[in-house]
Parts: sequence; structure tokens; C-alpha cells
Amino acid sequence: MAECPVCAGKIELADDAMTGEVIVCDDCGAELEIVGLDPAKLDEAPSAEEDWGQ
Amino acid sequence: MKIGLLHSLIRKEEKLLIEAFRNAGVEPIMIDDRKLILDFHTAPEIDILVERSINHSRALHALRLFESAGIPCVNSYHVSQICGDKLLTTAALKDRGVAQPDCRVAFTEESALQAIEELGYPVVLKPAVGSWGRLLSKINDRDAAETVLEHKSVLGSYHHSIFYIQQYIEKQGRDIRSFVVGGECIAAIYRTSDHWITNTARGAQASKCEVTGEVAQISVAAAEAVGGGIVAVDLFESDGGLLVNEVNYTMEFRNSIDTTGVDIPAVVVSYVIEQARK
Repeated sequence: MAECPVCAGKIELADDAMTGEVIVCDDCGAELEIVGLDPAKLDEAPSAEEDWGQ
Repeated sequence: MKIGLLHSLIRKEEKLLIEAFRNAGVEPIMIDDRKLILDFHTAPEIDILVERSINHSRALHALRLFESAGIPCVNSYHVSQICGDKLLTTAALKDRGVAQPDCRVAFTEESALQAIEELGYPVVLKPAVGSWGRLLSKINDRDAAETVLEHKSVLGSYHHSIFYIQQYIEKQGRDIRSFVVGGECIAAIYRTSDHWITNTARGAQASKCEVTGEVAQISVAAAEAVGGGIVAVDLFESDGGLLVNEVNYTMEFRNSIDTTGVDIPAVVVSYVIEQARK
């Protein structure tokens, strides 16, 4: 179980979760990045940069 | 077989690719570009690198240095360089005679305004480097042209003063995105929106598009023009036939698997493994 760094809501990570993965907090809608698995740790995902995406 | 996967954030596409690699019996070696240090001589011990970084600039430079270290890359530095810059893409398509909208490039406000007036309104002004439909301007008249050009010159960073001006194509609310892997057009979707920008990142809806002979022919020609590999080609339907709008080298496909019924990540993985064996 991880804690949302924005709203402190509890988030259950999927079995296949991996570091670097982007997830969304169901409680507050914040985009979060999984930065640790054992123990589970989340940070706010970086904001979109000018050269992102295709 | 050691297959490296260059990434930053792990999106749905990367997870699907990792799963597809595992289904093929390969555990990809994850290489996070945020932790990467390259020394111009060596690179991680891998047979091939699959580039999936979300940042174009990181991808471009990392690919150059991986190739310098003797690691084959999918896509190659050359492909990423051409596709990452709309000006270079247009030039590559022109060199191969691939149909595309009429286009002008200018370097000052004054010459850009002249180019816009020559093309005729409306036009679309695009950053040469950019994605997800951001900072595109549809310019309908001279007042708008003068305003947007001044804003870009004054407020934008220097590369916003490379004015890439494209003829506006009336596309009846949709465009086509086709997927080309190793010289074969494997699938295509329509992207439909009430807005003139039809990127799915901007809310356009994806639906299946049949890969007709015309779609396949121009998609493969566009892919070959930019250097081949794994690309997604954006097409406009015009009165004169299909036109290539853009070619994308780190393609996003999450909305296109169920829509098309094609297991796109499996096809990509199969191609990468084939390349690694060469």
C-alpha cells in the first residue's frame, strides 16, 4: 500500500507495477510516478515538457 | 539475447511492450534515461536498443551515442532526427516524391507573413519540433497571422522563429494514423474530433480504418522516406488523394490495439527480435 503525496490517500499498487510507471490517484486525480516498490513509494509525476510525446 | 529498452516514464505503451517481450521469452533490460550517463565510447551491454523515451531531445542524443558505441537502435538516430523535426520530415518526403500538403519555411516575421499570404488562408503554423498537437495555430486571416507571428517572435524560444507553415487541409473532422513496422503497414485508425486538431492526446476518438492499398502504399513510402523502422504516419484525406502530414518515431498505440484488432506490441517485438538476430 502506498500513499498519494498529494492527498495522502491510500493506493494499492498492481501486482505488475514497476518503477517509472505513471498511475492516477483515484481519490484526487493526481498523476503519480511509482518511484519505489519495496517499500512502495509515489511522487508526483513530472509535468509534460515541450518535447514530450508524438 | 539482450534487448535494452530506453525509457523515462513508463506509459501504457511501454508496459504493453514489456509484456510482449516477456511473451516472446525476452526480459528487456530497462534503461532509464534519467539515470543514464554516456561517455561517447561505451554503452550498456545489449544487442539492440529499443527507444521509448518520452522526451524527443533525450531520445535523439542518446540514440546517437548508443550508435557511436556500436549498438544498433530501433528506431535509428537517423529516423529520430528526421521524424523529430517537421522541416526535415517534409524535406525527406519531398526527396522521395511522397504526397504532402504544400508547405513554406521562413525565418522572420516579415517573410513568414509573405509566405502565409502566398499559400493563402487558412494555414497552419507549427513548431518544427513539437508533438501532441501543442502550439499549433490555424491562421484564418492576416490579422491573426500578424498577431501569432509577433507573439512567437517575442515570447517564444528561438526555435519558434523557424516558421513552418503548412497549407490547411479541410479533413472533414478526421485524419488517419497508420502504423508501419519493417516496411509493412500493419494497421490504421481514424482519429475523429469536432476540433480541427485530431490528436488522440487532445481527445480525438479512435476508430478502425481499413488498410487499403492506397493507405498502405503512401504509409510505407513515408516510412521509407524517413529511414524505415517502426513509425506511425499521419495522413490527411484530400480531394487529390492521401497526403502525409507527419511521421512519428516513438509511436503511441494504446488506443489502436482493440480498435484495429492488431496486436501492435507483438508485431513490434517480433520485428525488434528479428533485427537483433541480424
